[in-house]
Parts: sequence; structure tokens; C-alpha cells
Amino acid sequence: MYNEKVMKVFENPKNVGEVENYDAIGTVGNATCGDIMQITLKIDGDVITDAKFKTFGCAAAIATSSTATEMIKGKTLDEALKITNKQVVEELEGLPPQKLHCSVLAEEAIKAAIEDYKNKKGA
Amino acid sequence: MKRIYFDHAATTPVKKEVLEKMLPYFSEIYGNANSQHMFGRDAVKAVDEARDTVARIINAKPSEIYFTSGGTEADNWALRGAAHALRGKGKHLIISSVEHPAMIATAKQLEKDGFDVTYLEVDKDALVHPETLKKAIRDDTIFIGVMTANNEVGTIQPVKELCEIAHERKILFFTDAVQAAGVLKLDVKELGVDMMSFSGHKFYGPKGVGVLYIKGGTRVDPILTGGHQERMKRGGTTNVPGVVGLAEALRLADEKREENAAYVASLRDRFIRGVEERIPEVKLNGHRTKRLPANADFSFRYIEGESILFHLDLAGIAVSSGSACSSGSLEPSHVLLAMGIPEETAHGSIRFTFGPDNTEEEVDYAVNVLADTVKKLRAMSPLFKVQEGEKQYV
Repeated sequence: MYNEKVMKVFENPKNVGEVENYDAIGTVGNATCGDIMQITLKIDGDVITDAKFKTFGCAAAIATSSTATEMIKGKTLDEALKITNKQVVEELEGLPPQKLHCSVLAEEAIKAAIEDYKNKKGA
Repeated sequence: MKRIYFDHAATTPVKKEVLEKMLPYFSEIYGNANSQHMFGRDAVKAVDEARDTVARIINAKPSEIYFTSGGTEADNWALRGAAHALRGKGKHLIISSVEHPAMIATAKQLEKDGFDVTYLEVDKDALVHPETLKKAIRDDTIFIGVMTANNEVGTIQPVKELCEIAHERKILFFTDAVQAAGVLKLDVKELGVDMMSFSGHKFYGPKGVGVLYIKGGTRVDPILTGGHQERMKRGGTTNVPGVVGLAEALRLADEKREENAAYVASLRDRFIRGVEERIPEVKLNGHRTKRLPANADFSFRYIEGESILFHLDLAGIAVSSGSACSSGSLEPSHVLLAMGIPEETAHGSIRFTFGPDNTEEEVDYAVNVLADTVKKLRAMSPLFKVQEGEKQYV
């Protein structure tokens, strides 16, 4: 059901864990549905210098977490906000239809983390 | 890479002896068992022999054995066929809440047709209690169905006792024995059941063929209407190689039943011991002793079943997951939820089912891989917070 790229990323995901002294954290999903994604960010000015994830979920959820964190590293906050779930799926060369919600979760986790940062800064 | 099969509850390979017995019935003895000429008579002879064998093993009469396309059809037939035949007497059906989807989905459809269905509660080990059944019975109850053993967690139900309760109230009792056939002793007279289903491919026979035992005198409508096959009860050309294979597989399984069960249970117990010793925060699902010899079903807290399944798959180990994510729905297994297991724990469940061809080395290898996998996945789970060097869980 999964393509080779997804399985490869799932087997050896990048950016696992929590960024030390992170500037932002975003957690989306819930355990009831079987998917929780947490993304932590280190931000310098408006550039994401580091991103890590912790995910409770299926192979697709882990693969999209890894890919999404890879995609936002080095990006400005505005650039990161423009990343869509479709781009995450393209980067993984496709996901089975019933797994597309995992990629939505990745997009939402990035947005939640950036929002957390903006709220903290605003406060 | 060595491939290890720990999914015998899903299906089993066809035994070589079984295949050899089936092969002539494809191209040599190919007659339609419904034809009157010599080709047909040759086919009938094989089908009759198969029917006799199955009847003998479950202590039924040959005229009480009906061949179907598998367990799903047999379950559908028992439930829907009885409901329709007995609707003049009442509209209330009782099945357990941990039945196979072939029963649950059929019951849901019958609800739409105007039947009332009670889904019996089970305890934390998936057992149906006789008291629960007694309380659920109504004056208009016409059917009670409780599986012999559960396909996910392996719990063995007190079928004989439940059947007696049904019969005290003169209610028809059916048991789905798909997971039990070839493994447990199934004597329909001893159990007392009115109907029983099973499926060839679960005991080293072919896929696409099953049996519904219907005790003589039991009222059940056909659901596959057509020709005169199976004494007018089930239309459709008889799958001659299939029934020959099913009967031979059941015969061989029955011959070595106790020996195989003891060996497979020793593998299961070695596996359960290994997992419980090596991996913290796990839960064995199902009853610890009243369980199928081949089944070990575990929940691994804080992680999700499908990711465990694929890590094992990458290491060459084939298992099955009760996780929602494998099916595409967001709901985890209805069996685990009925047992009162919280959803997030239910999501992290894996079923291991062993067979006589498995070895202790395979079991030990799987425990090792599993311990590494669980550690790796917990390290990336936001639900799991462990301090370095100490066991401290959220």
C-alpha cells in the first residue's frame, strides 16, 4: 500500500525528538483517532533554524512528520506557512487515499507551532 | 531475508497432502456434481465422501453439513436465514458484541429490515457471561449467536453453557467456529448447538470454501437461491476441489489436533513470557487461560499498531494489527473497545498467531525485534515521556 519512498522515510525518519529550548511548539490530533503530531521549532529572527517532531501514529503519520520538518528547516515563517499538505504528499511521491489525513495533520502541526510562536512574541 | 509468518488466524497455507487430493478435481474429475451422467456421479462421490468426513469429525449427520463459499457466507446464512425463517415468531436477535464483522454487519442490516438486535456485553477478557445472556433474552427472541473463539484476542466462549440457556427458552443457538475448527474439539452433540460455521483456509485447507452445520429440523431460509444444490438449501455449483480439500484438511488437523495445539501453545507461552519480561507497559488482550493455543494479542501503550506492524514487516515478521489505521477508518477494533480498552491503547494492538511450522528461534527473534521496535517508536511518541535510565511514564 505504501510506496518505497514512504517506507524508507518511515524506517529512518529524520528530526525525531524535541528541539532543545524550543521557541515554538505545536501539537495537533488526538489519541482517540490514533494520530498525534507534535512539532517543536527553533526560530532565529523569522527563520526556522531547527525543527523536530514526536508522533503517535501510523507509518504515514511518521513519514509525513519527518518530511514536513525537513521541508520547513531554513525557511522563513511566511514560507513555512505556505507549505500545504499536497506538497508534503508530493515530496513523499504519494500516499494511499485513506492516509491523506496524515499529511493534513503535518500541515496543521506546522501552522500550530508558528501560531504558538507568534502568540508568545505578541504577549 | 528470512520470512516469518505469525498470522495464522488470517489464513494458513494449503497442506501439500490437501493440494494433492484436490488436484484431480480440476481437470480430470471435472463433472458438475449436479449432473446425472457418469461425470457428475464421479463428482458427487467425492462430495459425498467429503461430507461424510466433515460430519464424522464434528459428530453430525452428513445431511446436516452444507458447503458454502466460506465463513462469511456461512455466518450470513445462519443469521439472516434464521431471522427470516423465524420472523413470524419474533423479531429479536442476540449476538455478542465481539462477533466477526460477518455477523455484526449482517445484524446491522437486519436492524434496517425491522429486527431488534442486542449486542451482548463482554467482560474485560472478551468473555460473554451466562447471566448477561439470560438478562438479554426476551419473549420474542428467535436467535442467539456467540462465537466459539474470538478471532482477534483468542478468548474461548462458554458455548455449551450459553447454548443450554438458549435451549431452556427454546431459542435457536448458532456458533461461529471459524477460529476454533481444527484447533478445538468441536462435537455438535456435546455442545448442543443448532448451527455452526467454519472455513477451510483457517486449518490448512483452501480458501473460498466453508461449512454451515444445520441440525436436522432447524428452520433456516436459504440466502443463495438458485439450483437444487445442497438439498435445495444453497444454490450454486458445488466447489468440488474445494470441498474435497476442506474435508481432507479438517481430517488431517483433527488427527494431530492435540499434538499441534500443545506445540503451538508452547510457542505462544514462550512469546508471551518474552514480551512481558522484555517490554514494559504492555497488556495481553483476551483471557489468559481460556484462549486459543495459537493466539497472543498485545497492546503496546503510547504507540500505534500500524507502525509496529510495518517495522516487524521490514524485519521479515508478518503479523496483524487491530489498529484503525490499517483499515482506513478512525475507529480501532470493535472487539478491544467492547472489552473496555481505551481507544488510544486499542490503537496500539498487534495480533500474533502461531502455527505448527513456527519455531522457538523465530519466537525469540520476534521478541527481540519487537522490543527494539517498541523502544524506537516510544522514543518518537509524544505520549511517552521517559527519563534516561529510569522507568517513568506519563
